[in-house]
Amino acid sequence: MNSAALSDFHLDVLKEVSNIGAGNAATSLSSLLGRTVDMKVSKVLPMPFNEIMEYVGGAERMILSVFVRIEGGISGNMLFIMGTEDARAMIRHMTGASGEEGFTEMGLSVIHEVGNIMIGSYLTALSDFLGFELTPSVPSLAMDMAGAILAFSLSEIGRTSDTAIVIDAGLLLDGAALSEDGASHIFLLPDPGSFDRIFQALGVAGHGGN
Amino acid sequence: MAVIRVGIAEGGVVGHPDTISTLGLGSCVGVTLYDDRKRIGGMVHVMLPSTELARGEAFNKAKFADSAVPDLLGQMIRHGADQRRLKAKLAGGAQMFSYGGEDSLLKIGARNVDACKKALKSLGIPIVAEDTGGSWGRTIELCTETGMLEVRAIGRDKKQI
Repeated sequence: MNSAALSDFHLDVLKEVSNIGAGNAATSLSSLLGRTVDMKVSKVLPMPFNEIMEYVGGAERMILSVFVRIEGGISGNMLFIMGTEDARAMIRHMTGASGEEGFTEMGLSVIHEVGNIMIGSYLTALSDFLGFELTPSVPSLAMDMAGAILAFSLSEIGRTSDTAIVIDAGLLLDGAALSEDGASHIFLLPDPGSFDRIFQALGVAGHGGN
Repeated sequence: MAVIRVGIAEGGVVGHPDTISTLGLGSCVGVTLYDDRKRIGGMVHVMLPSTELARGEAFNKAKFADSAVPDLLGQMIRHGADQRRLKAKLAGGAQMFSYGGEDSLLKIGARNVDACKKALKSLGIPIVAEDTGGSWGRTIELCTETGMLEVRAIGRDKKQI
């Protein structure tokens, strides 16, 4: 399926898939932090690669990101992304450390673990909902320019297209963004061949054609 | 003087005094060509090594090393550059994540670098400098005054190659 040509109906289905995954991720983080965590109503839209960079604040912006490659019933990449200010706020919430002086090894491992939990619980919910086995790779953390991190994550999609369906949910703590950054996201980037499998699993493959 | 920005899987050519730049190369490779007499510089932001990976009939030439490098050469020549004077520089091709295993996705940076070198070699264009590999992102800017390529990375000294 040409990923740029999904119908509105199918985009809505993906939004629901995203709500289920992100909702479970929020619940997990909430019990870890003992705070109310919400994942903002997900955005699901086809975006040209260069627009995705702008969406996360520009290709040169420093972000922290946990990456997981998914194989199994569907394949694709997942990314948990935080701007540096959001990450500092998260580290403060988790450890009480001020986190003003760069990122310590402990601070980074907090983000690594938060990303791990968020992605893991997202995928658990997704796997239950779709009835697929999903096998995630070992989560890997990087702190670098958004362009460098995202372009790598888009390389499989790049084989077919210059546009990716970004399935995005934004993180809110006690109803607000973590910091002025407001730049914490969980991205699901299915490989192009996986969309049909999602729709087939949900029995809506033939619905809402263009 | 303008700075011309090249996005992912895009390329471009500029003349003196403008510069050409691309932001946040990770596993992607930035290839630059420079004609020192005409002071014309070209750059392409390559995402994948080979058009053999492309699915579907229409593809963007600037995305794949084996089509992007010849395409950039063609653009340089159309702008008046002389192929015999062209010198190439490369940056990028990092491995941004490590998640165990040795799958081909993880090694995409190294494969991109190899494919760009192979494409340049087959066109007879010498590579005079490179800053490739590692595990960090890079922003590059080619100066058409001198052909110098500036490489910037977070938490590292600026490099001029």
